[in-house]
Amino acid sequence: MALNPPPSAEVDPNAVISIRGLTKSFGDLDVLRGVDLDVQKAENVVVLGRSGSGKSVLIKIVVGLLVQDAGDVTVFGQHVHQLKRKDLDGMRRRVGFSFQHSALYDSMNVEQNLEFPLRMNTKGLSQGEVRDRIRDALEAVGLAGSLKQMPSELSGGQRKRIGIARTLILRPEIMLYDEPTAGLDPITSGEINDLINQVQENYHTSSIIITHDLTCARHTADRVAMLLDGRVLRIGSFDDVFDTDDPRIKSFHDYNFTRRDSP
Amino acid sequence: METITPTAAEATAPKPRRPSVISPGVDAFAIGMSDGASFLKRFFVEALWRPFHVREIIKQCYEVGYRSLPLITLTGFVTGIVFTKQSRPSLAAFGATSWLPGLITIALVRSLAPLVTALICAGKVGSNIGAELGSMKVTEQIEAMEVSAINPFKYLVVTRTIATTLMVPTLMLYCSFVGMAGSYLNVHGKEGTSLAKFLKAGFANISFLDVESSVTKSFVFGFTIGIISCYKGFNATSGTQGVGKAANASVVMSMFVIFIEEMLIVQIINWIRNW
Ligand SMILES: Nc1ncnc2c1ncn2[C@@H]1O[C@H](COP(=O)(O)OP(=O)(O)O)[C@@H](O)[C@H]1O
Ligand SMILES: [Mg+2]
Repeated sequence: MALNPPPSAEVDPNAVISIRGLTKSFGDLDVLRGVDLDVQKAENVVVLGRSGSGKSVLIKIVVGLLVQDAGDVTVFGQHVHQLKRKDLDGMRRRVGFSFQHSALYDSMNVEQNLEFPLRMNTKGLSQGEVRDRIRDALEAVGLAGSLKQMPSELSGGQRKRIGIARTLILRPEIMLYDEPTAGLDPITSGEINDLINQVQENYHTSSIIITHDLTCARHTADRVAMLLDGRVLRIGSFDDVFDTDDPRIKSFHDYNFTRRDSP
Repeated sequence: METITPTAAEATAPKPRRPSVISPGVDAFAIGMSDGASFLKRFFVEALWRPFHVREIIKQCYEVGYRSLPLITLTGFVTGIVFTKQSRPSLAAFGATSWLPGLITIALVRSLAPLVTALICAGKVGSNIGAELGSMKVTEQIEAMEVSAINPFKYLVVTRTIATTLMVPTLMLYCSFVGMAGSYLNVHGKEGTSLAKFLKAGFANISFLDVESSVTKSFVFGFTIGIISCYKGFNATSGTQGVGKAANASVVMSMFVIFIEEMLIVQIINWIRNW
Protein backbone atom coordinates (compact mmCIF):
# COMPACT_ATOMS: atom_id res chain seq x y z
CA MET A 1 0.00 0.00 0.00
CA ALA A 2 1.37 3.39 -0.94
CA LEU A 3 2.28 5.67 1.91
CA ASN A 4 0.94 9.21 1.75
CA PRO A 5 -0.71 9.08 -1.67
CA PRO A 6 -1.23 12.75 -2.53
CA PRO A 7 -4.97 13.29 -2.09
CA SER A 8 -6.74 14.96 -4.97
CA ALA A 9 -8.14 18.38 -4.21
CA GLU A 10 -11.69 17.15 -4.80
CA VAL A 11 -13.61 14.78 -2.56
CA ASP A 12 -13.48 11.14 -3.62
CA PRO A 13 -16.95 10.16 -4.87
CA ASN A 14 -16.32 6.44 -4.28
CA ALA A 15 -15.23 6.86 -0.68
CA VAL A 16 -17.83 6.36 2.06
CA ILE A 17 -16.36 9.29 3.96
CA SER A 18 -14.23 11.90 2.22
CA ILE A 19 -12.63 14.81 4.05
CA ARG A 20 -10.76 17.65 2.32
CA GLY A 21 -8.93 20.66 3.72
CA LEU A 22 -10.85 20.56 6.99
CA THR A 23 -10.06 23.38 9.43
CA LYS A 24 -11.57 24.19 12.80
CA SER A 25 -10.57 26.69 15.49
CA PHE A 26 -11.94 27.49 18.94
CA GLY A 27 -11.08 31.10 19.72
CA ASP A 28 -7.37 31.40 19.08
CA LEU A 29 -6.82 27.65 19.27
CA ASP A 30 -6.38 26.19 15.78
CA VAL A 31 -7.32 22.56 16.34
CA LEU A 32 -7.60 21.25 12.77
CA ARG A 33 -5.51 22.93 10.07
CA GLY A 34 -6.38 21.15 6.85
CA VAL A 35 -7.22 17.47 7.35
CA ASP A 36 -7.54 15.22 4.29
CA LEU A 37 -8.84 11.69 4.78
CA ASP A 38 -10.82 9.08 2.82
CA VAL A 39 -12.54 6.01 4.20
CA GLN A 40 -13.40 3.29 1.69
CA LYS A 41 -16.20 0.75 1.91
CA ALA A 42 -15.76 -1.88 4.67
CA GLU A 43 -12.46 -0.39 5.77
CA ASN A 44 -11.25 0.32 9.33
CA VAL A 45 -9.25 3.56 9.43
CA VAL A 46 -7.54 4.36 12.73
CA VAL A 47 -6.80 8.01 13.44
CA LEU A 48 -3.93 8.31 15.91
CA GLY A 49 -3.05 11.44 17.80
CA ARG A 50 -2.21 12.81 21.20
CA SER A 51 -4.85 14.00 23.64
CA GLY A 52 -6.18 17.37 22.58
CA SER A 53 -5.04 16.98 18.97
CA GLY A 54 -8.62 17.33 17.73
CA LYS A 55 -9.55 13.70 17.08
CA SER A 56 -12.98 14.00 18.70
CA VAL A 57 -13.56 17.31 16.94
CA LEU A 58 -12.82 15.58 13.62
CA ILE A 59 -15.47 12.86 13.96
CA LYS A 60 -17.98 15.26 15.48
CA ILE A 61 -17.69 17.33 12.31
CA VAL A 62 -18.28 14.17 10.25
CA VAL A 63 -21.72 13.66 11.86
CA GLY A 64 -22.54 17.36 11.95
CA LEU A 65 -22.32 17.82 15.74
CA LEU A 66 -19.77 20.55 15.06
CA VAL A 67 -19.42 22.69 11.95
CA GLN A 68 -16.05 23.22 10.31
CA ASP A 69 -14.58 26.63 9.57
CA ALA A 70 -13.43 25.61 6.10
CA GLY A 71 -13.06 22.49 3.99
CA ASP A 72 -15.46 19.83 2.89
CA VAL A 73 -16.81 16.58 4.33
CA THR A 74 -18.93 14.14 2.36
CA VAL A 75 -20.60 11.06 3.82
CA PHE A 76 -22.23 8.68 1.33
CA GLY A 77 -21.47 11.38 -1.27
CA GLN A 78 -23.53 14.04 0.55
CA HIS A 79 -21.96 17.28 1.74
CA VAL A 80 -22.64 17.13 5.48
CA HIS A 81 -22.77 20.82 6.29
CA GLN A 82 -25.19 21.51 3.43
CA LEU A 83 -27.73 18.90 4.54
CA LYS A 84 -31.15 19.99 5.75
CA ARG A 85 -32.20 18.74 9.17
CA LYS A 86 -34.26 15.92 7.66
CA ASP A 87 -31.50 14.68 5.38
CA LEU A 88 -28.94 15.07 8.16
CA ASP A 89 -31.10 12.80 10.33
CA GLY A 90 -31.31 10.35 7.44
CA MET A 91 -27.53 10.29 7.20
CA ARG A 92 -27.15 9.94 10.98
CA ARG A 93 -29.39 6.86 11.01
CA ARG A 94 -26.80 5.17 8.80
CA VAL A 95 -23.88 6.18 11.04
CA GLY A 96 -23.14 4.74 14.48
CA PHE A 97 -21.23 6.86 16.98
CA SER A 98 -19.55 5.25 20.00
CA PHE A 99 -18.76 7.97 22.54
CA GLN A 100 -15.58 8.10 24.57
CA HIS A 101 -17.48 7.78 27.86
CA SER A 102 -20.23 5.68 26.26
CA ALA A 103 -22.91 8.38 26.88
CA LEU A 104 -25.53 5.83 27.95
CA TYR A 105 -28.83 7.41 29.02
CA ASP A 106 -28.44 6.99 32.75
CA SER A 107 -32.14 7.35 33.55
CA MET A 108 -32.86 4.26 31.42
CA ASN A 109 -31.89 0.61 31.87
CA VAL A 110 -29.96 -1.29 29.19
CA GLU A 111 -33.08 -2.47 27.39
CA GLN A 112 -34.56 1.04 27.30
CA ASN A 113 -31.23 2.47 26.12
CA LEU A 114 -31.45 0.22 23.06
CA GLU A 115 -35.20 0.50 22.58
CA PHE A 116 -35.22 4.32 22.60
CA PRO A 117 -33.31 5.00 19.34
CA LEU A 118 -35.03 2.04 17.68
CA ARG A 119 -38.57 3.23 18.51
CA MET A 120 -37.75 6.81 17.60
CA ASN A 121 -36.39 5.85 14.19
CA THR A 122 -38.58 3.00 12.99
CA LYS A 123 -42.33 3.01 12.64
CA GLY A 124 -44.64 0.06 13.08
CA LEU A 125 -42.29 -2.47 14.67
CA SER A 126 -44.17 -5.06 16.71
CA GLN A 127 -43.25 -5.73 20.33
CA GLY A 128 -41.71 -9.03 19.25
CA GLU A 129 -39.59 -7.47 16.54
CA VAL A 130 -38.30 -4.85 18.98
CA ARG A 131 -37.38 -7.58 21.45
CA ASP A 132 -35.59 -9.55 18.71
CA ARG A 133 -33.62 -6.54 17.53
CA ILE A 134 -32.54 -5.75 21.10
CA ARG A 135 -31.51 -9.34 21.71
CA ASP A 136 -29.54 -9.48 18.43
CA ALA A 137 -27.70 -6.26 19.23
CA LEU A 138 -26.84 -7.40 22.75
CA GLU A 139 -25.69 -10.80 21.49
CA ALA A 140 -23.47 -9.09 18.94
CA VAL A 141 -21.60 -7.40 21.79
CA GLY A 142 -21.69 -10.46 24.04
CA LEU A 143 -23.94 -9.06 26.77
CA ALA A 144 -27.25 -10.83 26.23
CA GLY A 145 -28.05 -11.16 29.93
CA SER A 146 -27.97 -7.56 31.10
CA LEU A 147 -31.34 -6.24 29.90
CA LYS A 148 -32.59 -4.82 33.19
CA GLN A 149 -29.33 -3.40 34.53
CA MET A 150 -28.87 0.34 34.94
CA PRO A 151 -25.80 1.98 33.34
CA SER A 152 -24.45 2.85 36.79
CA GLU A 153 -24.23 -0.88 37.58
CA LEU A 154 -22.05 -1.66 34.57
CA SER A 155 -18.26 -1.74 34.35
CA GLY A 156 -16.42 0.54 31.91
CA GLY A 157 -16.01 -2.26 29.38
CA GLN A 158 -19.67 -3.25 29.63
CA ARG A 159 -20.75 0.34 29.15
CA LYS A 160 -18.63 0.52 26.00
CA ARG A 161 -20.28 -2.63 24.67
CA ILE A 162 -23.79 -1.39 25.43
CA GLY A 163 -22.92 1.91 23.75
CA ILE A 164 -21.84 -0.02 20.66
CA ALA A 165 -24.95 -2.23 20.81
CA ARG A 166 -27.10 0.89 20.96
CA THR A 167 -25.65 2.06 17.66
CA LEU A 168 -25.73 -1.41 16.05
CA ILE A 169 -29.46 -1.65 16.64
CA LEU A 170 -30.02 0.85 13.83
CA ARG A 171 -27.82 -1.31 11.54
CA PRO A 172 -25.31 1.41 10.63
CA GLU A 173 -23.13 1.33 7.54
CA ILE A 174 -20.46 3.50 9.16
CA MET A 175 -19.12 3.23 12.71
CA LEU A 176 -17.23 6.04 14.42
CA TYR A 177 -15.43 5.00 17.60
CA ASP A 178 -14.12 7.70 19.94
CA GLU A 179 -11.30 6.22 22.06
CA PRO A 180 -12.91 2.77 22.35
CA THR A 181 -10.23 1.43 24.72
CA ALA A 182 -9.43 4.53 26.78
CA GLY A 183 -9.58 3.86 30.50
CA LEU A 184 -9.95 0.08 30.10
CA ASP A 185 -7.57 -2.60 31.37
CA PRO A 186 -5.48 -4.44 28.73
CA ILE A 187 -7.66 -7.55 28.69
CA THR A 188 -10.91 -5.64 28.31
CA SER A 189 -9.22 -3.46 25.68
CA GLY A 190 -8.33 -6.60 23.77
CA GLU A 191 -11.95 -7.74 23.89
CA ILE A 192 -13.15 -4.38 22.59
CA ASN A 193 -10.59 -4.57 19.76
CA ASP A 194 -11.98 -7.99 18.82
CA LEU A 195 -15.50 -6.62 18.98
CA ILE A 196 -14.59 -3.79 16.59
CA ASN A 197 -13.22 -6.33 14.12
CA GLN A 198 -16.29 -8.55 14.50
CA VAL A 199 -18.59 -5.61 13.80
CA GLN A 200 -16.63 -4.85 10.63
CA GLU A 201 -16.81 -8.49 9.53
CA ASN A 202 -20.46 -9.17 10.37
CA TYR A 203 -22.02 -5.87 9.39
CA HIS A 204 -19.55 -4.84 6.65
CA THR A 205 -19.24 -1.41 8.25
CA SER A 206 -16.69 1.22 7.34
CA SER A 207 -15.15 2.70 10.46
CA ILE A 208 -13.09 5.54 11.79
CA ILE A 209 -11.47 4.50 15.07
CA ILE A 210 -9.96 7.28 17.06
CA THR A 211 -7.36 6.38 19.62
CA HIS A 212 -3.99 7.05 21.16
CA ASP A 213 -3.65 3.34 21.99
CA LEU A 214 -1.25 1.71 19.54
CA THR A 215 -2.29 -1.81 20.50
CA CYS A 216 -5.82 -0.94 19.51
CA ALA A 217 -4.53 0.62 16.29
CA ARG A 218 -2.45 -2.43 15.37
CA HIS A 219 -5.32 -4.84 16.00
CA THR A 220 -8.10 -3.01 14.25
CA ALA A 221 -6.56 -0.89 11.50
CA ASP A 222 -6.65 -1.57 7.80
CA ARG A 223 -4.98 1.83 7.52
CA VAL A 224 -3.57 4.20 10.12
CA ALA A 225 -3.67 7.99 9.82
CA MET A 226 -1.36 9.98 12.05
CA LEU A 227 -2.90 13.30 13.14
CA LEU A 228 -0.23 15.82 14.11
CA ASP A 229 -0.39 19.61 14.28
CA GLY A 230 -3.93 19.56 12.92
CA ARG A 231 -3.08 17.61 9.76
CA VAL A 232 -2.91 13.97 8.71
CA LEU A 233 0.86 13.70 8.55
CA ARG A 234 1.19 10.09 7.44
CA ILE A 235 -1.29 7.48 6.29
CA GLY A 236 -0.82 3.83 5.39
CA SER A 237 -0.47 0.44 7.02
CA PHE A 238 0.52 0.40 10.69
CA ASP A 239 4.13 -0.65 9.97
CA ASP A 240 4.58 1.81 7.10
CA VAL A 241 3.39 4.73 9.18
CA PHE A 242 5.90 4.05 11.93
CA ASP A 243 8.74 3.23 9.52
CA THR A 244 10.13 6.76 9.74
CA ASP A 245 12.80 8.86 11.40
CA ASP A 246 10.43 11.69 12.23
CA PRO A 247 11.11 12.12 15.96
CA ARG A 248 7.54 13.11 16.77
CA ILE A 249 6.16 9.89 15.30
CA LYS A 250 8.97 7.79 16.75
CA SER A 251 8.37 9.14 20.23
CA PHE A 252 4.66 8.34 19.92
CA HIS A 253 5.56 4.76 19.05
CA ASP A 254 8.27 4.42 21.68
CA TYR A 255 6.05 5.75 24.43
CA ASN A 256 3.43 3.10 23.70
CA PHE A 257 5.73 0.14 23.28
CA THR A 258 9.40 0.40 24.21
CA ARG A 259 8.96 2.21 27.49
CA ARG A 260 6.64 -0.42 28.86
CA ASP A 261 8.03 -3.52 27.13
CA SER A 262 11.76 -3.05 27.75
CA PRO A 263 13.15 -3.70 31.21
CA MET B 1 13.43 35.37 44.79
CA GLU B 2 10.13 33.97 43.72
CA THR B 3 9.23 33.22 40.17
CA ILE B 4 5.60 33.15 39.22
CA THR B 5 4.86 30.32 36.85
CA PRO B 6 1.57 30.45 35.03
CA THR B 7 -0.74 27.53 35.78
CA ALA B 8 -1.47 25.17 32.92
CA ALA B 9 -4.89 26.73 32.47
CA GLU B 10 -3.49 30.24 32.23
CA ALA B 11 -0.79 29.24 29.83
CA THR B 12 -3.13 27.47 27.41
CA ALA B 13 -6.28 29.53 27.85
CA PRO B 14 -7.29 30.97 24.48
CA LYS B 15 -7.02 34.74 24.38
CA PRO B 16 -10.23 36.52 23.49
CA ARG B 17 -10.29 37.08 19.76
CA ARG B 18 -11.91 40.50 19.81
CA PRO B 19 -11.76 43.20 22.47
CA SER B 20 -15.14 43.58 24.15
CA VAL B 21 -17.55 46.12 22.66
CA ILE B 22 -18.63 47.88 25.87
CA SER B 23 -17.23 45.99 28.83
CA PRO B 24 -16.78 42.24 29.31
CA GLY B 25 -19.72 42.10 31.73
CA VAL B 26 -22.13 44.05 29.54
CA ASP B 27 -21.06 42.08 26.48
CA ALA B 28 -21.61 38.76 28.23
CA PHE B 29 -25.04 39.96 29.35
CA ALA B 30 -25.98 40.99 25.81
CA ILE B 31 -24.76 37.69 24.39
CA GLY B 32 -26.69 35.85 27.11
CA MET B 33 -29.87 37.73 26.27
CA SER B 34 -29.61 37.02 22.56
CA ASP B 35 -28.78 33.36 23.29
CA GLY B 36 -31.78 33.11 25.56
CA ALA B 37 -34.01 34.79 23.00
CA SER B 38 -33.08 32.32 20.29
CA PHE B 39 -33.63 29.43 22.73
CA LEU B 40 -37.10 30.83 23.42
CA LYS B 41 -37.82 31.23 19.73
CA ARG B 42 -36.67 27.69 19.06
CA PHE B 43 -39.10 26.42 21.68
CA PHE B 44 -42.08 27.85 19.82
CA VAL B 45 -40.83 26.59 16.47
CA GLU B 46 -40.16 23.05 17.73
CA ALA B 47 -43.29 22.79 19.89
CA LEU B 48 -45.47 23.23 16.81
CA TRP B 49 -44.16 20.31 14.78
CA ARG B 50 -44.53 16.58 15.18
CA PRO B 51 -43.50 14.39 16.91
CA PHE B 52 -45.07 15.62 20.14
CA HIS B 53 -43.78 12.93 22.55
CA VAL B 54 -47.09 12.89 24.43
CA ARG B 55 -46.04 10.00 26.67
CA GLU B 56 -42.90 11.84 27.72
CA ILE B 57 -44.96 14.98 28.49
CA ILE B 58 -47.28 12.93 30.72
CA LYS B 59 -44.29 11.34 32.43
CA GLN B 60 -42.76 14.76 33.07
CA CYS B 61 -46.07 16.11 34.41
CA TYR B 62 -46.08 13.25 36.87
CA GLU B 63 -42.47 14.03 37.83
CA VAL B 64 -43.28 17.68 38.49
CA GLY B 65 -46.29 16.78 40.63
CA TYR B 66 -44.55 13.97 42.46
CA ARG B 67 -41.55 16.10 43.32
CA SER B 68 -43.37 19.16 44.60
CA LEU B 69 -46.62 17.82 46.06
CA PRO B 70 -45.39 17.03 49.61
CA LEU B 71 -43.72 20.39 50.02
CA ILE B 72 -46.65 22.32 48.52
CA THR B 73 -49.07 20.48 50.80
CA LEU B 74 -47.05 21.35 53.87
CA THR B 75 -46.30 24.94 52.90
CA GLY B 76 -49.83 25.67 51.70
CA PHE B 77 -51.34 24.29 54.88
CA VAL B 78 -48.96 26.15 57.18
CA THR B 79 -49.40 29.37 55.20
CA GLY B 80 -53.17 29.10 55.64
CA ILE B 81 -52.88 28.63 59.41
CA VAL B 82 -50.20 31.23 60.00
CA PHE B 83 -51.82 33.87 57.84
CA THR B 84 -55.12 33.37 59.65
CA LYS B 85 -53.46 33.63 63.07
CA GLN B 86 -51.55 36.73 62.07
CA SER B 87 -54.57 38.49 60.57
CA ARG B 88 -56.91 37.82 63.47
CA PRO B 89 -55.69 40.58 65.89
CA SER B 90 -56.02 43.33 63.27
CA LEU B 91 -59.56 42.27 62.38
CA ALA B 92 -60.49 41.66 66.04
CA ALA B 93 -59.63 45.29 66.77
CA PHE B 94 -62.64 46.25 64.59
CA GLY B 95 -64.73 43.34 65.84
CA ALA B 96 -64.58 41.98 62.30
CA THR B 97 -63.23 38.43 62.74
CA SER B 98 -66.13 37.21 60.62
CA TRP B 99 -64.22 38.69 57.69
CA LEU B 100 -61.36 36.23 58.19
CA PRO B 101 -62.53 33.57 55.68
CA GLY B 102 -63.03 36.20 52.98
CA LEU B 103 -59.72 37.90 53.62
CA ILE B 104 -57.74 34.66 53.67
CA THR B 105 -59.37 33.38 50.52
CA ILE B 106 -58.58 36.58 48.65
CA ALA B 107 -55.00 36.61 49.86
CA LEU B 108 -54.48 32.94 49.01
CA VAL B 109 -56.08 32.90 45.60
CA ARG B 110 -54.83 36.24 44.36
CA SER B 111 -51.29 36.17 45.59
CA LEU B 112 -50.05 33.63 48.14
CA ALA B 113 -50.84 30.39 46.36
CA PRO B 114 -49.40 31.40 42.96
CA LEU B 115 -46.23 32.72 44.54
CA VAL B 116 -45.71 29.86 47.01
CA THR B 117 -46.32 27.28 44.30
CA ALA B 118 -44.05 28.99 41.79
CA LEU B 119 -41.20 29.40 44.27
CA ILE B 120 -41.41 25.81 45.49
CA CYS B 121 -41.50 24.51 41.93
CA ALA B 122 -38.57 26.75 40.99
CA GLY B 123 -36.61 25.25 43.88
CA LYS B 124 -37.59 21.61 43.51
CA VAL B 125 -38.35 21.19 39.82
CA GLY B 126 -36.06 23.90 38.42
CA SER B 127 -32.97 22.56 40.17
CA ASN B 128 -33.89 19.05 39.14
CA ILE B 129 -34.28 19.93 35.45
CA GLY B 130 -31.10 22.03 35.51
CA ALA B 131 -29.07 19.22 37.05
CA GLU B 132 -30.58 16.47 34.91
CA LEU B 133 -30.10 18.22 31.56
CA GLY B 134 -26.75 19.60 32.75
CA SER B 135 -25.40 16.16 33.47
CA MET B 136 -26.81 14.85 30.19
CA LYS B 137 -25.00 17.68 28.45
CA VAL B 138 -21.59 17.12 30.04
CA THR B 139 -21.72 13.33 29.64
CA GLU B 140 -22.56 13.71 25.93
CA GLN B 141 -26.00 12.10 26.29
CA ILE B 142 -27.56 15.04 24.46
CA GLU B 143 -25.12 14.59 21.58
CA ALA B 144 -25.85 10.86 21.65
CA MET B 145 -29.52 11.64 21.03
CA GLU B 146 -28.63 13.96 18.22
CA VAL B 147 -26.50 11.39 16.38
CA SER B 148 -29.31 8.85 16.77
CA ALA B 149 -31.45 11.27 14.73
CA ILE B 150 -33.52 12.15 17.80
CA ASN B 151 -34.13 15.86 18.32
CA PRO B 152 -33.01 16.47 21.92
CA PHE B 153 -34.60 19.91 22.03
CA LYS B 154 -38.00 18.41 21.27
CA TYR B 155 -37.55 15.37 23.45
CA LEU B 156 -36.06 17.12 26.50
CA VAL B 157 -36.80 20.85 26.41
CA VAL B 158 -40.25 20.98 24.82
CA THR B 159 -41.66 18.12 26.92
CA ARG B 160 -40.36 19.47 30.22
CA THR B 161 -41.43 23.04 29.54
CA ILE B 162 -44.93 21.96 28.57
CA ALA B 163 -45.10 19.83 31.71
CA THR B 164 -44.15 22.69 34.06
CA THR B 165 -46.49 25.06 32.20
CA LEU B 166 -49.42 22.71 32.75
CA MET B 167 -48.56 21.57 36.25
CA VAL B 168 -47.78 24.84 38.05
CA PRO B 169 -51.37 26.18 37.59
CA THR B 170 -52.77 22.82 38.68
CA LEU B 171 -50.58 22.79 41.77
CA MET B 172 -51.50 26.42 42.45
CA LEU B 173 -55.21 25.51 42.63
CA TYR B 174 -54.33 22.62 44.90
CA CYS B 175 -52.20 24.94 47.07
CA SER B 176 -55.15 27.39 47.44
CA PHE B 177 -57.34 24.52 48.48
CA VAL B 178 -54.88 23.24 51.09
CA GLY B 179 -54.31 26.77 52.38
CA MET B 180 -58.04 27.23 52.85
CA ALA B 181 -58.21 23.92 54.66
CA GLY B 182 -55.51 25.11 57.08
CA SER B 183 -57.29 28.39 57.57
CA TYR B 184 -60.63 26.66 58.13
CA LEU B 185 -59.19 24.44 60.87
CA ASN B 186 -57.91 27.53 62.68
CA VAL B 187 -61.09 29.58 62.22
CA HIS B 188 -63.22 26.59 63.20
CA GLY B 189 -61.16 26.08 66.35
CA LYS B 190 -61.23 29.73 67.46
CA GLU B 191 -64.54 31.12 66.18
CA GLY B 192 -66.42 27.86 65.73
CA THR B 193 -67.33 28.75 62.13
CA SER B 194 -68.98 25.88 60.26
CA LEU B 195 -67.50 24.61 57.01
CA ALA B 196 -70.51 25.75 54.99
CA LYS B 197 -70.29 29.24 56.42
CA PHE B 198 -66.53 29.38 55.87
CA LEU B 199 -66.82 28.37 52.24
CA LYS B 200 -69.71 30.69 51.59
CA ALA B 201 -67.89 33.67 53.10
CA GLY B 202 -64.68 32.71 51.29
CA PHE B 203 -66.12 32.31 47.82
CA ALA B 204 -68.38 35.32 48.11
CA ASN B 205 -65.28 37.46 48.08
CA ILE B 206 -63.45 36.10 45.04
CA SER B 207 -64.49 36.63 41.46
CA PHE B 208 -63.89 34.65 38.33
CA LEU B 209 -61.29 37.24 37.37
CA ASP B 210 -59.34 36.46 40.56
CA VAL B 211 -59.09 32.75 39.78
CA GLU B 212 -58.61 33.33 36.09
CA SER B 213 -55.77 35.77 36.52
CA SER B 214 -54.03 33.55 39.06
CA VAL B 215 -54.22 30.61 36.71
CA THR B 216 -52.84 32.72 33.87
CA LYS B 217 -50.09 33.99 36.13
CA SER B 218 -49.22 30.42 37.08
CA PHE B 219 -49.05 29.39 33.44
CA VAL B 220 -46.47 32.13 32.96
CA PHE B 221 -44.54 31.06 36.08
CA GLY B 222 -44.58 27.41 35.02
CA PHE B 223 -43.33 28.25 31.55
CA THR B 224 -40.62 30.44 33.07
CA ILE B 225 -39.35 27.67 35.34
CA GLY B 226 -39.32 25.11 32.53
CA ILE B 227 -37.66 27.18 29.84
CA ILE B 228 -35.03 28.77 32.10
CA SER B 229 -34.03 25.49 33.74
CA CYS B 230 -33.80 23.74 30.39
CA TYR B 231 -31.72 26.61 29.02
CA LYS B 232 -29.31 26.46 31.95
CA GLY B 233 -29.04 22.68 31.72
CA PHE B 234 -28.55 22.70 27.95
CA ASN B 235 -25.74 25.23 28.31
CA ALA B 236 -23.97 23.57 31.24
CA THR B 237 -20.20 23.63 30.91
CA SER B 238 -18.21 20.48 31.42
CA GLY B 239 -16.15 19.93 34.50
CA THR B 240 -17.18 18.95 37.99
CA GLN B 241 -18.78 22.30 38.78
CA GLY B 242 -20.79 22.66 35.58
CA VAL B 243 -23.78 20.58 36.65
CA GLY B 244 -24.06 22.15 40.10
CA LYS B 245 -23.79 25.61 38.59
CA ALA B 246 -26.54 24.82 36.09
CA ALA B 247 -28.87 23.58 38.83
CA ASN B 248 -28.16 26.58 41.02
CA ALA B 249 -28.51 29.08 38.19
CA SER B 250 -31.84 27.51 37.19
CA VAL B 251 -33.31 28.23 40.62
CA VAL B 252 -31.88 31.72 41.07
CA MET B 253 -32.77 32.91 37.60
CA SER B 254 -36.28 31.37 37.69
CA MET B 255 -37.07 33.03 41.04
CA PHE B 256 -35.72 36.37 39.88
CA VAL B 257 -37.79 36.34 36.69
CA ILE B 258 -40.88 35.13 38.59
CA PHE B 259 -40.73 38.16 40.89
CA ILE B 260 -40.42 40.53 37.95
CA GLU B 261 -43.34 38.83 36.20
CA GLU B 262 -45.40 38.97 39.41
CA MET B 263 -44.94 42.73 39.59
CA LEU B 264 -45.80 43.25 35.93
CA ILE B 265 -48.82 40.96 36.00
CA VAL B 266 -50.23 42.58 39.17
CA GLN B 267 -50.02 45.93 37.38
CA ILE B 268 -51.80 44.59 34.32
CA ILE B 269 -54.54 42.91 36.37
CA ASN B 270 -55.19 46.08 38.37
CA TRP B 271 -55.55 47.87 35.09
CA ILE B 272 -58.14 45.39 33.91
CA ARG B 273 -60.00 45.56 37.25
CA ASN B 274 -60.28 49.33 37.11
CA TRP B 275 -61.34 49.41 33.53
N1 LIG C 1 -16.88 22.74 21.84
C1 LIG C 1 -15.63 23.17 22.08
N2 LIG C 1 -15.40 24.44 22.47
C2 LIG C 1 -14.16 24.89 22.70
N3 LIG C 1 -13.07 24.14 22.59
C3 LIG C 1 -13.21 22.86 22.23
C4 LIG C 1 -14.49 22.31 21.96
N4 LIG C 1 -14.33 21.01 21.62
C5 LIG C 1 -13.02 20.77 21.67
N5 LIG C 1 -12.33 21.87 22.04
C6 LIG C 1 -10.87 21.97 22.16
O1 LIG C 1 -10.29 21.42 21.02
C7 LIG C 1 -9.14 20.68 21.34
C8 LIG C 1 -9.22 19.29 20.77
O2 LIG C 1 -10.23 18.58 21.44
P1 LIG C 1 -10.56 17.06 21.15
O3 LIG C 1 -10.94 16.88 19.75
O4 LIG C 1 -11.58 16.66 22.17
O5 LIG C 1 -9.19 16.32 21.44
P2 LIG C 1 -8.89 14.76 21.41
O6 LIG C 1 -7.93 14.55 20.30
O7 LIG C 1 -8.28 14.43 22.72
O8 LIG C 1 -10.19 14.05 21.20
C9 LIG C 1 -9.04 20.70 22.86
O9 LIG C 1 -8.04 21.62 23.22
C10 LIG C 1 -10.37 21.15 23.32
O10 LIG C 1 -10.26 21.93 24.47
MG1 LIG D 1 -11.38 12.98 22.46
